This record gives sequence, structure tokens and C-alpha cells, in this order.
Amino acid sequence: MTATVTPPAAGSRTRRATPTGDGPPRPGRQTGRHLLLGGIALLWLVPLLWAVYTSLRPYEDTAKHGYLSWPHGISLENFSNAWSQSGMPHFFWNSVLITIPAVLGTLLFSAAVAFFVSRFDFRWNIALLMFFTAGNLLPAQVLITPLYRLYLQVPLPGWMSDSFLLYDSVWGIIAIHIAYQCGFCTFVLSNYMRTIPKEITEASLVDGAPVWRQFFQIVLPLCRPAFAALATLESIWIYNDFFWSLALIDTGDKRPITSALANLQGQYFTNPNLIAAGALLTAIPTLLVYFALQRQFISGLTIGSGKG
Amino acid sequence: MSPVRTVRPAPPSKRARPRRLGPGDRVFLTVIVGIPLLALLVFVWLPALASVGLSFTNWDGIALSDIRWTGLDNYREIFTNYPPFWPAVQHNVVWLLFTALLPTPFGIFLAYQLDRKIRFTRIYQTAIFLPMVLSLAVVGFIWEIIYNPDNGLLNGILSGAGSGQPIDWLGDPDLNLWAVLVASAWRHTGYIMILYLAGLKGFDPALKEAAALDGANGRQTFLRVVFPALKPVNIIILVVTVMESLRAFDIVYVLGGGTGSKPGMELLSLLITDNIIGESSHIGYGSALAVVLLVVSLLAICAFLVQTFRKEDK
Repeated sequence: MTATVTPPAAGSRTRRATPTGDGPPRPGRQTGRHLLLGGIALLWLVPLLWAVYTSLRPYEDTAKHGYLSWPHGISLENFSNAWSQSGMPHFFWNSVLITIPAVLGTLLFSAAVAFFVSRFDFRWNIALLMFFTAGNLLPAQVLITPLYRLYLQVPLPGWMSDSFLLYDSVWGIIAIHIAYQCGFCTFVLSNYMRTIPKEITEASLVDGAPVWRQFFQIVLPLCRPAFAALATLESIWIYNDFFWSLALIDTGDKRPITSALANLQGQYFTNPNLIAAGALLTAIPTLLVYFALQRQFISGLTIGSGKG
Repeated sequence: MSPVRTVRPAPPSKRARPRRLGPGDRVFLTVIVGIPLLALLVFVWLPALASVGLSFTNWDGIALSDIRWTGLDNYREIFTNYPPFWPAVQHNVVWLLFTALLPTPFGIFLAYQLDRKIRFTRIYQTAIFLPMVLSLAVVGFIWEIIYNPDNGLLNGILSGAGSGQPIDWLGDPDLNLWAVLVASAWRHTGYIMILYLAGLKGFDPALKEAAALDGANGRQTFLRVVFPALKPVNIIILVVTVMESLRAFDIVYVLGGGTGSKPGMELLSLLITDNIIGESSHIGYGSALAVVLLVVSLLAICAFLVQTFRKEDK
């Protein structure tokens, strides 16, 4: 498997037509396997289903009869309360304002570095790629103290941040996401770009096309499948971020939804029904993205590891 | 098997290719590589280096002029006189061993089962992978309503089965780490399963057929043929497992009540956060802890980089 890459193209997901070396499938074994896998799958869904069940029951009902009881009425009231009482729409909007620029920035930056590393033969290419890849593997806690101080030192104009600092501003969160996530995307995209034959760009070089044109008009459009996979994966990761916004945003009102959820917990921690509803509401965007773009999501995860 | 062979230029053509880059091209490349590189340096690598520097100082985190060089004092203090440190190291090790010995092999097992030609594979796969899509904070909240001592699912089932005292799963220092580990394993299994499934899809079925012809049973085929042949994926999985165990933070933070480290649940990542954020910040201390974490992580990172880039350097 020397430097091979499984492209996330549709073709790679199709199953092999021939059964593998297990001989013809025996009916008895198949049933056993279905029982095993079905049981495990159901077990895996229990926590999520329990959260759904809890969130659908009115607080009074569970307070009177206990949580492990038959429902005496099901309603969406907890969802509407969590939505309206804790300002969730506002926090969702914060998440959107962080996630979209951060994903676009990450993809653009990492595409540029990947383009350079994979299409030009400079001496430091491998070192550069390793440098980016390793950056993504550093634990966030190792960076946080100096980053926190740095954010307190960098002034921003008032129209960008009402703290007048990079600290406590959406810009700061976007910046760290881009810098931190670039490593993974560069790694994946450079593998992907190597699968594009050099002749394609070399032909355009011979024709006298400048490098920027190669990048924007040839390489970027050809990477569309990899972009789709990475965009799906990164939007879920960045949306799900907890640590950066907890450490680098001071004003609760500016936090994205995932870390704002912690406030909801503090406010309503005696009402698990409401917390369940809040947690599920928070998870809805990622679940929707996952179900709609499952193939992209998984290939995004696995093109990073399909190489060895 | 459908991997595309990467086009690598043959060495002679590399040398023969003349530099056709004009000045405009050079400026363009410098800008598009320079900006991300600068961002990476400023936001990631310089802070990491600065953490190393700060770990040799004594600083309350307020005025930069108060920074005093104290040499190895923080490290000496942490190793000998900081009560939560060794429990945290121990818990990180427990976390790693648990994750490496239970959810990781289980994920591999599930991937191997799902790779057979059976129906509903997609449904099973989706159900087991679903927790991976949720944020660790949301996972924390979901498990909180399971572990809640008064009205959680677990105690509800146990009291229904006749157990008397409600168990405080997240409050008991002997239990809470394991409770959190179960929640974390719930998420980790699906991740490993998907990674391994991707590896299995690239596996040459002829090897399995040959093993079957030689009379190997399913387990022998897996242990002697499939597993060794998937070494690249195994290494990725090892790195993912080590890194996730070192980084563990969000889920512990949420299940610990959002107040930093709790007895029984101390982890290095939480101790760092305790020391650098909050009322009385001990930046030097926190940084020294961060460096301990960094050194351990770098071992894993280097192993990964060596494995990944070895072939290309030649």
C-alpha cells in the first residue's frame, strides 16, 4: 500500500460483488449474526432513545410517577421551553457565525498548502506537511495558556469585537479553528491532490498559464469530492467544539450553542426533561448533516486513514 | 480494491524539469502558503513553545512583569507535592488501557462482522456510529440523565431489580471514572468501527480466499491474515486511541458538573484547565502540566509521522 489513496468517489463505496473467503453464507449463521449486530445496535441506541423519551414527557408527569414509568402524556413542551427560555436561537446563530467562516477558511488555507506540497518539488515539502499535520495532533490544553494571553494582547477595532480584543470575540474562535484544523485538511487534501495526474497541470504550465490559474481553475474544481467530505466533517467538528469557546469567550451571550448548553444545565439542572430537550435540539443540526451527507462524512474520516 | 496509485514523478524527470515559475507565480505561492503557515505558527506552534517556556516560571497570570524564572521548581513541585497529579496520571493510564482493551477491539470486531455480505449492514453501522456525530458535551448531557442518582435510568432499573440504596454513579470517587469511561466507549467504538471498515474495504479478498482454501476458520483468517495485513490502519487506530485518551476533556468536564476536576475523575487535561482558568491561576504550574501532556503526545505524534511519511522520504 505504498502511498495509495482511496478517493471518496462514489465508486469506492460500492461493495464487492463476490462473497469473501467464508464460503457460501449459511442461513443459521446469518441469523445469529443479525441477532448479535441488531442487539448491539439497539443497545447503542438506548442512551439516545432514553433522552428522547425523557424530553417528550412533561416534568410534572415524571416528578409524580418517576422517570422509569409509562407516560401519562407526551408533548413537545420541553422542546419549546428549552428553545424559548434559554435563548437557543441566539446561540444557534452564534454557532453559524463561527462554523461557516471557519470551515471555509480551513478548506481554502489547507487547499493552498496541499497544492503547494503536492504539486511542486521543493526541498521542505515533506517537512512542511509534517509540520501542519502534527499541529492538529497537539492537545488543545497545551496551547491554551499562551493563546489566552495572546488573545488578551491583540486589539481589534470596535466593529469587530465589542471587547476590543481578540479575546472574547467570534474572530478569535474562528482563527483558532482555522489554524488548528488546517493540519488535518492539509493532510487529506495533499493525499487527494497527488491522485490528480501531474500532466494536467503541467500541460497548462506549458501553455503559459500562471500558477494561480492552475490552482483556482484546475486543481480546486477537481478536488470537489474531497472538499465535500471535509466540509461535512469539519462543520460537525467545529460546531461541536466545546473547549475553545469555553476558554476563549468570556461573555456567555457570545458562546456557540454547544458550550452555551452548559449554562442551560446550570439554570435548569433540576429539570432533566428540559436538559434532554436542550441537548437534543443542540444535536439536531449535526444529526441532519450526518443523515443527509453520511457518505461524505464517512469518506472524510477515512480518506485521512486510508493511506499508509 | 479501488485505490488509485499515486503519481509520483520519477527521480530523473524531477531534475530535468526546468523551473518555469515566474515572479508572479512565486509571489502567489508565497502568499497562499505564507498566510496559513503564519496562522499555524502564531496560533498553534508558538503557544506550544511558549507553554514550555512558561513551565519554568512562576506566574500568577496577571502582569507580564511579574514573571519569575524558577527553573525546574514547578516540575519538582508537581511530581512531589501536588496531590492530584499522580491520580491524574493514573487515570489517564486507566483511560488509555480501558479504551485500548475494550472499545477498540470491539470496534474492530464489529467492523469485521459488518464487512460480510449481510443485509441491514447500513442500519447497524449507522446506529453504532451515531454517537460519534454528537458533540462530547451533548454526549455528557445524555449520560447525565442515565447516571443521575435520583431519577436516572440506571438506578431506576437497579431499584426495579430490587437493589436498595441509590448509587451516585458520578459522585462516588471509586465509580465515576468508570461511568465516564462507559460513556466515552459508547462514542469511541463507532469511530474505530468506521476506520477499520474503511481499511477492510481496501483489503484484497484473494488473500482471504487463499486462507479459506488452506482450511483456516474465520478467527484464524482474521488473526493470521487480515489483521497483520492491515498494519497501516492498525497504526492509525492506535494513534487515534492514544490521542483521544490523552485529550479526554469535554465529556469529563460535563459529567463532572462543569467545575473542573473532581475527586476520582482527575485527568491531566482537567488539571491544566484548573490551573490556568479560574480565580487563582497558577500559569507556571498549569504549563508544566501541559508540557508533561505535550511530551507524552509527541511520542504518539512522532510514531504516527514516522509511519506515515517514512516511505515518501526515500
